[in-house]
Amino acid sequence: MRKSAMKESGADRAFTIVNYVLLSVFLIMVLYPLIYVVSASFSSSSAVVSGKVWLWPVEPTLEGYRAVFKNAMVAKGFMNTLLYTVAGTAINLVLSIMAAYPLSRKDFRGRGVFMLLFVFTMLFNGGLIPTYLLVKDLGMMDTVWSMLIPGALSVWNVIIMRTYFQTTIPNELLEASQLDGCSDIRFLRSVVMPLSGPILAVIALFYAVGHWNQYFNAMIYLKSSNLYPLQLVLRDILVQNEVNIEMLGDAKTAAARQGLRELLKYSLIVVTSVPLLIVYPFVQKFFVKGVMIGSLKG
Amino acid sequence: MLTGWKRLLRSWQLYALFLPPLLYIIIFKYVPMYGAQIAFKEFSVTKGISGSPWAGFDQFERFFRSHEFWRLLRNTFSISLYTLIASFPFPIMLALGLNYVKNRRFKNTVQMVTYAPYFISLVVLVGLMLQFLDPRTGLINSILGWFGLGPYHFMAEASWFQSIYVWSHIWQNVGFSCIIFLAALSSIDPALHEAAVMDGATKVQRMRHIDIPGIKPIAVILLILNTGQLLETGFEKILLMQNALNLRSSEVIDTYVYKVGLVSQAMNFSYATAIGLFKAVIGFVLLLIVNQLAKKLKQESLW
Repeated sequence: MRKSAMKESGADRAFTIVNYVLLSVFLIMVLYPLIYVVSASFSSSSAVVSGKVWLWPVEPTLEGYRAVFKNAMVAKGFMNTLLYTVAGTAINLVLSIMAAYPLSRKDFRGRGVFMLLFVFTMLFNGGLIPTYLLVKDLGMMDTVWSMLIPGALSVWNVIIMRTYFQTTIPNELLEASQLDGCSDIRFLRSVVMPLSGPILAVIALFYAVGHWNQYFNAMIYLKSSNLYPLQLVLRDILVQNEVNIEMLGDAKTAAARQGLRELLKYSLIVVTSVPLLIVYPFVQKFFVKGVMIGSLKG
Repeated sequence: MLTGWKRLLRSWQLYALFLPPLLYIIIFKYVPMYGAQIAFKEFSVTKGISGSPWAGFDQFERFFRSHEFWRLLRNTFSISLYTLIASFPFPIMLALGLNYVKNRRFKNTVQMVTYAPYFISLVVLVGLMLQFLDPRTGLINSILGWFGLGPYHFMAEASWFQSIYVWSHIWQNVGFSCIIFLAALSSIDPALHEAAVMDGATKVQRMRHIDIPGIKPIAVILLILNTGQLLETGFEKILLMQNALNLRSSEVIDTYVYKVGLVSQAMNFSYATAIGLFKAVIGFVLLLIVNQLAKKLKQESLW
């Protein structure tokens, strides 16, 4: 290590320095907004509105979080999103495995045709309105099902999974198990799945992120507000600026209300983003492995 | 040994497994394609898809003649091209830079932090932008205030819309998009680098002659893929960012379809579907052309 450091030429040293500086600048550009939001969410509303927050919280308080957790819509939205994410991801995973595993088998007759049928849907689709009409005709409008079923399978994820199965499960295992009279489903359950932990984790995360962040389908398919996912509640507050007065608790004057309104937004952003940001470092180590094997060698 | 039928019968479980996803694809992907025929009809909900009378290309003609047509086309293409061109180099640069970082801690930190925005929802991202760009309480205007500039009402100006859209897109996606290039870099044979070091190559030279050629195939494939998806503008994000004041540069085909089909007073399913179909066909043709072009250039192609 030392030797190679000593051997580093002037040009290389310059390169290394420039590289570190650029990456650091880059790091700060991505990180700063995130830090600012967290700091603002813990600051007093007057400090946020008057622009006194730069890096660390000013006059720390939990005012914003109190307003967030007191709100019934936010709580309801959070529970709905949790349900959609857990149930939706479970459906996604099961269907994806059921599609990807047969497609990964060379002795699965007709897989070329099936593959084409699947891939074509990535290139061309019926469009927004025909899909909407279908969901309507199926009687899913304004039901939980409209949040779970229309996006139940992503062909892209199926392809990643299929490639992973193809490249990591040795054919010899299948042959040996077939000689022992093991059925296909049993082989999938007791050999393939245990060997595919990383890809299952990554795909589950992809699906879960999709469900957690979903707002558009909810916006067009749901009418009753007690089914609204968190993102739709958020949109009303963050984007359309519809903060109802009860949310603002005991703020009396117009100025205090305005302040709390801003503060509340920062706290909301933190509350909704934290769950995923907590989960993803655990799955991150699988990313490169899972995603790469899946997409590169396709 | 086994005849075709026996073999098929022996793997009945595979077919049983495959049936539900296949049904899903047929119902939720192919039925809407069948439903897209209402673009050529005068669709009425009571008569249904097959019962509605044919209208030929009336809906398309109406769209081509409407005063919205050129504006939608221009906005859709300019946002897509801007995104494509501006966001292409950054993940590559990030990956090349990270590849030469020896300090594991620093490398992991940069990776962790730059991936993070990918997981932030569009609603939150747009909410963030609105907070930061707010003319009275926003961070950006406070900073500009130091230099005696502003305050600007960024979200209310049509001229700012596309840049805000594209650069926030880059901020959110650059870390995640660089994963694929990092993996490509790690699959380059280390012997090449060792040999280059022996020959006295500098890091910049190694980057130019080993790393960049090494990731070029992936870069070309991704560029083709992205070009094929050119018209798939980030419709959900644009919808969130839109307001009456920036509509002039923010209305794209997809948002227009949504409004004509599902929001406006005079909802028109057929007209909206025709507009959507027009876009889908252009996108599809574009993909074919780009792929053909890539083949001609003897580069990687998708099929």
